[in-house]
Amino acid sequence: MEMLWFWLVSVMVAIYAVMDGFDFGSGVLHLFVARTEAERREVLAAIGPLWDGNEVWLLAAGGAMFLAFPRLLASGFSGFYLAMFMVVWSLILRGIAIEFRSHVHDAMWRSFWDLVFAVASALLPVLLGAALGNVVRGVPLDATGYFQIPLFTHFGVANPVGILDWYTVLMGVLVLATLTTHGALFLAWKTSGALHERCRRAAQPLWLATAALAVLATWATAEVNPALYRNLSHAGLAWVGVALFLGGLAAVFAGLYGNRFLQAFLGSSAFIVGILAATAACVWPVMLPSTLDPAASITAYNASAGAASLRAGMVWWFIGFPLALAYFAYLFWIHRGKAQAPGEGEGY
Amino acid sequence: MGDLLFWHRLQFGFTATFHYLFPQLTMGLALIIVVFKGLALATGEERFATAARFWIRIFGLSFAVGVVTGIPMEFQFGTNWARFSARAGGVIGQTLAMEGMFAFFLESTFLGLLVWGERRLGPRRHFMAAVALFLGSWLSGYFIIATNAFMQHPVGYQIAADGTLQLADFWAFLLNPWAVVQYLHNMMGAVVTGSFVVAAVGAFWTLRAVHLEQAALFLRTGVVAGLLASLLVAFPTGDQQGKRVARYQQPALAAMEGRWNSGPYAELNLIGQPNVEGRKLDNPVRLPGLLSFIAYGSFSSNVKGLNEFPRDQWPPNLEFLYYGFHVMVGLGTLFIALMGLAAAFLVFGRLERIRALLWALMLAFPFPFIANSAGWVVAEFGRQPWLVYGLMRTAEGTSQLVHPGQTVFTSLGFAGLYFVLGLLFLFLVGREVNHGPVA
Repeated sequence: MEMLWFWLVSVMVAIYAVMDGFDFGSGVLHLFVARTEAERREVLAAIGPLWDGNEVWLLAAGGAMFLAFPRLLASGFSGFYLAMFMVVWSLILRGIAIEFRSHVHDAMWRSFWDLVFAVASALLPVLLGAALGNVVRGVPLDATGYFQIPLFTHFGVANPVGILDWYTVLMGVLVLATLTTHGALFLAWKTSGALHERCRRAAQPLWLATAALAVLATWATAEVNPALYRNLSHAGLAWVGVALFLGGLAAVFAGLYGNRFLQAFLGSSAFIVGILAATAACVWPVMLPSTLDPAASITAYNASAGAASLRAGMVWWFIGFPLALAYFAYLFWIHRGKAQAPGEGEGY
Repeated sequence: MGDLLFWHRLQFGFTATFHYLFPQLTMGLALIIVVFKGLALATGEERFATAARFWIRIFGLSFAVGVVTGIPMEFQFGTNWARFSARAGGVIGQTLAMEGMFAFFLESTFLGLLVWGERRLGPRRHFMAAVALFLGSWLSGYFIIATNAFMQHPVGYQIAADGTLQLADFWAFLLNPWAVVQYLHNMMGAVVTGSFVVAAVGAFWTLRAVHLEQAALFLRTGVVAGLLASLLVAFPTGDQQGKRVARYQQPALAAMEGRWNSGPYAELNLIGQPNVEGRKLDNPVRLPGLLSFIAYGSFSSNVKGLNEFPRDQWPPNLEFLYYGFHVMVGLGTLFIALMGLAAAFLVFGRLERIRALLWALMLAFPFPFIANSAGWVVAEFGRQPWLVYGLMRTAEGTSQLVHPGQTVFTSLGFAGLYFVLGLLFLFLVGREVNHGPVA
């Protein structure tokens, strides 16, 4: 039961990364690839109807984590106190930038919110990537099950560790590059004309950078948490993740050079899911390792809620999850085809 | 800065109070939008569709601020109340997770379709989108109230060997009788807010003699909905809520009424100042016997005073609780009077000519926000000193390792950010009201 919930939460985190990932990427890129007001509105038309629902995956994943592993939420969220509020504030700014922009027809008003949108969209992947890095590297958990970690210490991976060190910053940059590429491919798929052309051209170097950073991060992870790769030998699912990740890489290259942008976008989605799945399979059952004492690590077993909670949650999860997928399918179907900048006064 | 508990409570209380200014408006407006869309569909009259279009724009703004200010609430369970989350997460994790799965996905999907999809969807499906959004936002309210109801009146749980609270009976927890009563009371409060805002815009346009067709429609809808909701929020929902407090949270009832001595024929205090050190209510104006009747249905019932309970079970901030309750009830009474008067003039077709009443309706819209906030002050301060009533004290729930300075820092950050957010919201809503109906 704990294992099933571990994977359900992982699946929701992966969906969040893929879905809000292209919003972040579009947000970072739109300052550069969308130069006119009409092009900016085209970007917003592509992500506008979707971003709010995409963000719900974060809340749904967090809720599932709370339900199934309350001790993980309690320890992790309080331990990363300041970083959590940076994530929250960035999410607030990102959301209102999209919503408030269209309400006033003024060039300066709109430029301001475009900048806010881009900065918040760039900060979030870096923070989430650093969070992933912290989960791989570990935090100073002791026997009480809690910790408190400063934003940075000496930027090394040995104790006393900080949220930001060379490894977690590398992970932040990797996630930023991955999601920017992901956004470029999404926009290349959903837009047309000069905007489409610029996204296509931006995607190529971005994708090479992502692939290079992924190689670097794979090596760095072996340095920081060597135990992770030892688990590869007996974690069958990790190989599925690796296959997805490599297949995704290939699909992006093929899609990008063959001008099949939906394929390229799906490829980068598989790449993201693959990395997360391989990581999850290798760390199982540890969800937050301790740098002080491995016995103090938070695992799926020692952090889980009681059996009755897990069972009850399972019943409604399998009702709610298909429903959520159905809403998204309907939404994507309604907004199928190339995005078009709507007339002034309707749409974003 | 030494008092960690104080700063955690201040942060959660401030962000929750600010957040709830927006959902109460969206939940109230969601119902009114469904009514307008339904009338448009049934009659085919353009004025109903135009009215819906205007309120959907206001709804969109309020919804956006509600969403972004709601995210910190979810995070704060872990960041500020880690020990509470670790201990009670096995129970309240259910409703918080269900809110995401069943309510937020529904809302976020259909909001886009409602706001931007009128042409693409056609009238029938656009009406269905309004209904879906109404269901989503009202469902979201239920999951939050069910979570709060567990803290007010825990049911359906068991205590595990390690001291954590675990789910024992899913349906008993989800359909907690406390949740059902509190939910209806709360939702009627939201409709009061929504209808007062609708009436205020109608009164504003009538006084300026602009957009008269829409103004008349807003006035009529706002006054009728406002009167019904103001009555329902008091009776039966508020009355039932009071009876539950009287039964299960006796120290809270005594504190709300500033009552120290027990006895039958308990009086209802209209005004007066609680004197905690002197253990009495100074300068009271009271109606004899009424509190006994309201709480237990008979004038001779004994209502316990605070002296019967040990001091460590009294709600701290007793004065705040007392005044919060009296502000809520006092405003609620005034709402019935104002909307009753407006409805009487409406029936005789004279409301549009009584300028003083239009001014009152226009200026009344902030007060439901105050009354709803005061109501939550009553619920949450009345629950103190408990985090989960009778099971876990608030002081036992904080994140211990977070330094108070960090909480002060992030609280100040929220204060600044929310001040700007509030200004932007008022500016943008003001523009919409000034601009008038959207054809």
